Amino acid sequence: MFRNQYDTDVTTWSPTGRLFQVEYAMEAVKQGSAAIGLRSRSHVVLACVNKAQSELSSHQRKIFKVDDHIGVAIAGLTADGRVLSRYMRSESINHSFTYESPLPVGRLVVHLADKAQVCTQRSWKRPYGVGLLVGGLDESGAHLYYNCPSGNYFEYQAFAIGSRSQAAKTYLERRFESFGDSSREDLIKDAILAVRETLQGETLKSSLCTVAILGVDEPFHFLDQEAIQKVIDTFEKVPEEEEGDEAGEGEAEAAAVAPAEQGGAGAGDQDVAPMEM
Amino acid sequence: MTFTIPIENGDAVKIAEAESQRTLYPYVTGTSIVAIKYKDGVLMASDMGGSYGSTLRYKNIERMKAIGKHSLLGASGEISDFQEILRYLDELTLNDNMWDDGNSLGPKEIHNYLTRVMYNRRNKFNPLWNTLVLGGVKNGKSYLGMVSMIGVSFEDDHVATGFGNHLARPILRDEWHADLSFEDGVKLLEKCMRVLLYRDRSAINKLQIAKITEEGVTVSQPYSLKTFWEYSSFHNPTASAEGSW
Repeated sequence: MFRNQYDTDVTTWSPTGRLFQVEYAMEAVKQGSAAIGLRSRSHVVLACVNKAQSELSSHQRKIFKVDDHIGVAIAGLTADGRVLSRYMRSESINHSFTYESPLPVGRLVVHLADKAQVCTQRSWKRPYGVGLLVGGLDESGAHLYYNCPSGNYFEYQAFAIGSRSQAAKTYLERRFESFGDSSREDLIKDAILAVRETLQGETLKSSLCTVAILGVDEPFHFLDQEAIQKVIDTFEKVPEEEEGDEAGEGEAEAAAVAPAEQGGAGAGDQDVAPMEM
Repeated sequence: MTFTIPIENGDAVKIAEAESQRTLYPYVTGTSIVAIKYKDGVLMASDMGGSYGSTLRYKNIERMKAIGKHSLLGASGEISDFQEILRYLDELTLNDNMWDDGNSLGPKEIHNYLTRVMYNRRNKFNPLWNTLVLGGVKNGKSYLGMVSMIGVSFEDDHVATGFGNHLARPILRDEWHADLSFEDGVKLLEKCMRVLLYRDRSAINKLQIAKITEEGVTVSQPYSLKTFWEYSSFHNPTASAEGSW
């Protein structure tokens, strides 16, 4: 996308029917660090990569609890994400107060999308520069939605946003059909594996990722570092074991890496996904 | 009211106008509602009277209405305020239906919404002069609750408003049990309504019984209870009260 004469403000259409400012906002989402969501019939798992500015600083929070039954993972301008999370918490708690009942997540995402749309149609505003993966429950079970700066929202079985999310999406595309009936543990494992895809060769450590889960009968909460490390250990330390055989992609030699290495390069698991994408 | 004319005692006029903006006392009122949970859902009974003070002025008022798919609302107290509440709920259920997303407001949500409305009005010293009974069934679970005009709200297995609290609840406390059949439930409600008919001077002998189950709401046609007035103590009732009539 290159600079052109129709991209100065959001209320100017291009001759080809595009709003460039909105598209540039979506670019901002692609620059943020990765966030991943997946769901089964009863649970939703959100995971993200923790990137800190430097060794001295702490990493930015990208996953927020909105209510016991709704959580959100963001990618892009985290300040915008924080503001929108506050809005979601406000909507959720107001609904709970008036109706003593949890706000159905499907209605929350529509409120969010309408809020984002307003910013695409006012000359004194700018679109929010953040993509939100909203996971939550309503009467029909667990749902995962993606809210876009454009004001669109989509429902997903699994999705990834942010930088190098394509690697995670490819992994998820291969496996999403089984997610519906997945157990809670398998869902967490798949989420962490998807996070690993976005790391592209970097060692997967529990300090690098944050994982949160919610489900029917399970309020939203973060998994602690130990729990995450335990899951990582199940597939990092035993490269020989292959539970599923979809490793048709070659790279089998990567599985011969010494087991002592915690390396992300080619631990044998259900799917040997090539690291370099 | 945008220009000022100098009036003697102008303040009193303004105060009087302000007072007329808020509810001070009720005018046309309905009497008790009695409701119980039973095997398949909730049963509610009310008579069809609207009193204007001590006059039994209106005899065809339906004081129980279906709300959405899952709830039934009964009201005692000011009839016009009940109609206002029905308008609020109509708007609420309309917006809920417009979502068309598989989620719907159940009796618990409606009960809590009404509690908020009643309490907020009470805080403004402008109450909706009603005691509301909200019953319903959703996903197999029965719900029965009550909200008063000052915002007091609770759930129970059997509730009553007004005189029903004093005359019907004691009967229900003795004779209600879980999983009543429809016939037993109706008999129990009729027993309560009969006592109210004898003893509540604002009750009339024209009642409806409404039932709500998972399938929906049905309100019966109006009918009357058999009464017996030849009890010996009803003869010469003022015998022991010299001077009364």
